[in-house]
Amino acid sequence: MASNKKYWKSVEELNENSSIVETLQQNEFVEQIPTDEFLGDKEALEASSTTRRDFLKYVGFTTAAASLAACEGPVIKSIPYVVAPDEIVPGVANYYATSIADGFDFANVLVKTREGRPIKIERNELSKLGGVNARVQASVLSLYDKNRLPVPLVDGNEMTWDEFDAEVAAKLEAMKGQEIVLLTQTFASPSTSKLIAEFTAKYPNVRHVVYDTVSASEALDAFQAKYGSRGLADYDFSKAEVIVSVGADFLGDWQGGGYDAGYAQGRVPKEGKMSRHIQFEANMSLSGANADKRVPATPAQQKEILKALTGGSATGLPEHIMTAVENAKAQLKAAGNKGVVITGLPDVDAQKMALECNEGSAVMDTDKPRMTRMGNTAEVIGVMNGVIAGTVKGLITVGVDPVYSFPNTAFAEAYANLDMSLAFSMRLDATASAAKMVAATPHYLEAWGDLQMKKGVFSLMQPTIRPLFNTRQFQDTLLKWTGNSKNYYDYIKETWAAVLGGTSWSQALHDGVLLSDAEVSMEPTPASEGTVSLESNTANGALSSSIQEGGFALTLYTKTAMGDGSQANNPWLQEMPDPITRTTWDNYVAISANDAADMGIENVHVANGGLNGSYVNLMMGDIVIEKIPALIQPGQAKGTIGLALGYGKTDSIQEEMQTGVNAYALYQNFSSVQNVSLEKAGGMHEFACVQLHNTMMGRDIIRETSLEIFKAEKPEVWNAMPMVSKDHKEIPVTSPDADLWESFDRSVGHHFNLSIDLNACTGCGACVIACHAENNVPVVGKKEVRMSRDMHWLRIDRYYSSEESFEGDAVKKESISGLGSSLSEYSEMENPADNPQVAFQPVMCQHCNHAPCETVCPVAATSHGRQGQNHMAYNRCVGTRYCANNCPYKVRRFNWFLYAENDEFDYNMNNDLGRMVLNPDVVVRSRGVMEKCSMCIQKTQKTILDAKRDGRQIKDGEFQTACSSACDKGAMVFGDVNDYDSLVFEKTKDNRMYHLLEAVGTKPNVMYQAKIRNSKEV
Amino acid sequence: MKKVNYRNLPSQLSLLLLACLLTFSTTIIAQDTGDVAAGEALFKANCAACHKLDKKATGPELRGVAQKYEKEWLRKWIRNSQELVKAGDALAVKLFTENNNSVMTPFPALSDTDIDNILAYTSQPKPEPVVAEVPTGGGGNEGGNVSNDIILGALTLLFLLLVVMLFLVRNTLKRIAEANGVEFEKKEKQLPVWKAFAQNQFLVLTTSIFLLLAAGYFAYGWMMQVGVDQGYAPVQPIHYSHRIHAGDNQIDCNYCHSSARKSKTSGIPSLNVCMNCHKNIAEVAPETQAEGAEFGVDYNQEIKKLYAAVGWDEDTQAYTGKTQPVKWLRIHNLPDFAYFNHSQHVTVAGVECQTCHGPVEEMEVMEQFAPLTMGWCINCHRETNVNLESNEYYTKMHEELSKKYGVDKLTIAQMGGLECGKCHY
Repeated sequence: MASNKKYWKSVEELNENSSIVETLQQNEFVEQIPTDEFLGDKEALEASSTTRRDFLKYVGFTTAAASLAACEGPVIKSIPYVVAPDEIVPGVANYYATSIADGFDFANVLVKTREGRPIKIERNELSKLGGVNARVQASVLSLYDKNRLPVPLVDGNEMTWDEFDAEVAAKLEAMKGQEIVLLTQTFASPSTSKLIAEFTAKYPNVRHVVYDTVSASEALDAFQAKYGSRGLADYDFSKAEVIVSVGADFLGDWQGGGYDAGYAQGRVPKEGKMSRHIQFEANMSLSGANADKRVPATPAQQKEILKALTGGSATGLPEHIMTAVENAKAQLKAAGNKGVVITGLPDVDAQKMALECNEGSAVMDTDKPRMTRMGNTAEVIGVMNGVIAGTVKGLITVGVDPVYSFPNTAFAEAYANLDMSLAFSMRLDATASAAKMVAATPHYLEAWGDLQMKKGVFSLMQPTIRPLFNTRQFQDTLLKWTGNSKNYYDYIKETWAAVLGGTSWSQALHDGVLLSDAEVSMEPTPASEGTVSLESNTANGALSSSIQEGGFALTLYTKTAMGDGSQANNPWLQEMPDPITRTTWDNYVAISANDAADMGIENVHVANGGLNGSYVNLMMGDIVIEKIPALIQPGQAKGTIGLALGYGKTDSIQEEMQTGVNAYALYQNFSSVQNVSLEKAGGMHEFACVQLHNTMMGRDIIRETSLEIFKAEKPEVWNAMPMVSKDHKEIPVTSPDADLWESFDRSVGHHFNLSIDLNACTGCGACVIACHAENNVPVVGKKEVRMSRDMHWLRIDRYYSSEESFEGDAVKKESISGLGSSLSEYSEMENPADNPQVAFQPVMCQHCNHAPCETVCPVAATSHGRQGQNHMAYNRCVGTRYCANNCPYKVRRFNWFLYAENDEFDYNMNNDLGRMVLNPDVVVRSRGVMEKCSMCIQKTQKTILDAKRDGRQIKDGEFQTACSSACDKGAMVFGDVNDYDSLVFEKTKDNRMYHLLEAVGTKPNVMYQAKIRNSKEV
Repeated sequence: MKKVNYRNLPSQLSLLLLACLLTFSTTIIAQDTGDVAAGEALFKANCAACHKLDKKATGPELRGVAQKYEKEWLRKWIRNSQELVKAGDALAVKLFTENNNSVMTPFPALSDTDIDNILAYTSQPKPEPVVAEVPTGGGGNEGGNVSNDIILGALTLLFLLLVVMLFLVRNTLKRIAEANGVEFEKKEKQLPVWKAFAQNQFLVLTTSIFLLLAAGYFAYGWMMQVGVDQGYAPVQPIHYSHRIHAGDNQIDCNYCHSSARKSKTSGIPSLNVCMNCHKNIAEVAPETQAEGAEFGVDYNQEIKKLYAAVGWDEDTQAYTGKTQPVKWLRIHNLPDFAYFNHSQHVTVAGVECQTCHGPVEEMEVMEQFAPLTMGWCINCHRETNVNLESNEYYTKMHEELSKKYGVDKLTIAQMGGLECGKCHY
């Protein structure tokens, strides 16, 4: 074993006296399964009207009926094109480069289409800007959302576009001279900016205001104050040696996100060097989970920490935080211009401090800022108050849903009474359903567009399918309304004449992304004179260190799966487990164990393995949100709570997906930090959490060590091969002498291996959704997930560990210097759950060369391929589930029900539209069969076939799985180990390489690279 | 079969007469204008792609065109019609606009004699539609069938009468014999066969074992063919004859099923592929039409169906835009859980289409030739050698594998072609 660290998957395991843990060690379930309840009840059995004979009759009849029905084959009709488009060959996928820009996620993507249907989102390798996260991966399913708005509406009546245009023109004419606000998402689009300027020039009473649902206004303000233009500083974390983050979840959605790929590059030790990452934060975020050192701190403390870091003087910080700050400061200094300080505090001063501190840093780029957030809180508040006060007479919303996401409840009522309310929306959301006029807009995969996400980096958006509904994109509509006869496609081409330079339009469209020095103005029209003073408006009580007695500092955050909530009707995202809490289908109050204990809040595991949690009521002034479930989160700073935005949507959201509570009500002044108070409420909430499932108790699952040990010691010390005894001699478990089994000769042909680098993996979950899309993995719903019947082929296990091992504790005790340090460190040792270390480990089928599942299958439905893949023949499987029971990795998934075309599981596979996303090369599994990761055999086979057809050898990098191609961090490397020049072959020789549960002797084809933490202080 | 020799005599005679008539008439015209035979050859080589004699195609029908326009003008027009149009020749402009402004290919290489020959060919009178009567020659044959039936019926009747009479005779004789006091030997009452059988336990046992085994065998056989649609030949919405296209006309399978080379599906051709040829082939040759009668198909009507589906207006020679996609009945159906890729077999392995689809070029109605069962797939994979030489992908593998197995040829099975996951995912 590499270390004696103790890992746990649930706080329950830390409680030594917990009877649950003890029971679980002995039994599979905490309580006996109540079989006696119905079997023991003789009366109930006898009262049953079906006798044994009747039962047999029914069985006989149904069997006979079924076999008779099977005798006649169905008549299948095939309808070819009348005129086939040139580029479509049935059965061959086409790829198009396009970009997503939904106001929250901005990314360059490749869209895989089959027979004209987009079925998968891939990364565009030409783009240096990251951000193809789980939500972007899942966005293809939102295209096929049956709850989309199909036609434009006026007063609830369906209209043709001509009628609609006439209505709007009349309204705009009637409203002349009265103030109308055009409230839009951030487009970051040169053409759209130009177009909106033309529109507001034609209608001078229309004012354009940009509204980011999740605001980055303070950072924009700070940048504008310092550098003169509105934008966000860009960071290249691959260049960083020391990263200090104060409340910035930069591996999540901080300032538009997309920083994780660069970060991961610096995290893989090269020549004994890797970056050091220190995180001060309140909620346990993805960034905190990946940090080398994580210090929980309240938002108020964070501000002081930032002051201290940037050379100011801090007050009121506890000793252990002060030490951490001092250490961080020293390390930053040592790193010189390769150190960087970032902050996510919603405070202009704080953002300014960070910008100033990074002046001259090689990591930060202010010359070419990011343009993916443009919102101005002060102006948005102006609009909100204007509508409520009645000074704003008309509101046109585009891509935003203010009735849902504005914090002021009076807004909804005022909005309904507006003279003119026009919503451009893909669905009848809260705003659109209250609006008098609704313009149905297309999904980004059906629309044209252009983008400048970062200054000088241009990209294009092109439709990949004909609009599914009678929709018209906002820009085309605006062109009509400004009397322009062009369509938006021609309009973009016109704008791009200046951008293209020497590149041809076709080339730019093909690449999807273009670097150009063209200066294109796209800042929103400046605010009117009456702009509210920024500081006074965004000054925030929660950031001044005055939390009232019994109060909590709330940090609102966005979840990896849900983001700002614009894709709430997407079942893939609803069912995607949160990387940290591993909870699906919910948002909740994250609270520290200490505070929970004080308030009597409980999290308990019940008989069926599900997690239950107490409800709390959350109060903020006169706003009360009742019955929010509370989840005890290790690492949550004391006195703080976290709550995710983007949940609690109800309008045009399918009932199953109306989950969680709407936290935007607490987003006062669009500030993510608020002072609130909590009280415990009655009842227990049933979480659908995949946490205490699949426990790998106390075994050597994740290997990790510190950078110093990694550099100084031999691999045998920190990455030891398990030994077995043969003839009283210790031999490695991988030695052929320790082997019972015959093996294929794999020296010929391909032999696939997948390497997963635990240092590069940030746990973002893009691979989980990519796997979903590629392999037609079904969504099973909250109830089934709670029963551990989730179907994800690829899961990302998250393990908490105390900071030090027992040995480490001993070292630590000796190294304690001074009273202050001893106090803090002793208390830390006592309460490891207060601030655990976190490790992520993606686990899918390990494709063992000596697979335990294969030997127990009675019908040989699972067998081994020479290329290293463990095959699963669904049509052969009879559903005994022996294989799943015999799998040490618990990666096999059983189809307990029919998940396609079944009203009980009313997700995308239950409607014609949603089924359009299915990958035609992969079977949709039926009830009663086992399934699991196939190592994307359909993709490897296709690569082989392409090479055979072209008559050439296969190059390294051509073989990909859905997960490895989705991973922009390089954490997953897939390839052929019989190709000795391949990267994956190199990985097999890496001294960090180990196999999961090596001691079992399964010889997996998936390998892991041990995690190295740069834990050295100063 | 003497009868057959004379069967078609009247129609043959009429054909002969017609031929004579035609020859004489054409020679009469040809005497003062040109050589009809040479004209026909030229017409077929140069003009037939767009013009027909009696029917509007891309260009107007040409029979009698020499009578409509002056010869000199026609020569100019044929050599370069656009020149005339541009020059503003009123007649040329009129013709050009009448024919949807479609530009006629210029033929500057045609000499005056060539053009005269073509015009001579187009000036021949329309042949009487006697040819259509050719198939009626079959009428005699049908008549033969009818008389055969009658003769057979009469014979049967006769035979029955004979039997009845014999029976009556026997009875009468018997009665006479009885009247004459002849005594018949009475047979001893024997045990009925079935009782004897039932009493023999050994026989009962072996028979029932045999019956059970036979029942099992047939039940198994019956069950194994459930879902196997070998020989499935549904009636398609448009009668498409592979015999004519792939057999008589020798069109390459890949011309229509082009995606077989690069995709997993061979693809049912889209209708624009049909129109590549059928824009000009609105009617089949009379002999072909005659063959159609044997199958009960009117090929010309089937082409009309194609035109209706693709939205082609024969009169205006233009697409109307009104289409009705054809709902073909799919014949070859693999279940969803089996992955099959055409390009792997067609392009990489070079398997002939006929290996799996049978003699398609002989099929008037397309049918499923192979059983498409897994056993059938596997068998081929076991027996077929992989062509390793010409493909660079296999070079390294070939070397190593042949070293391993010690043979120069490798079957698909040896390359891992029997693994479940190669087809089931």
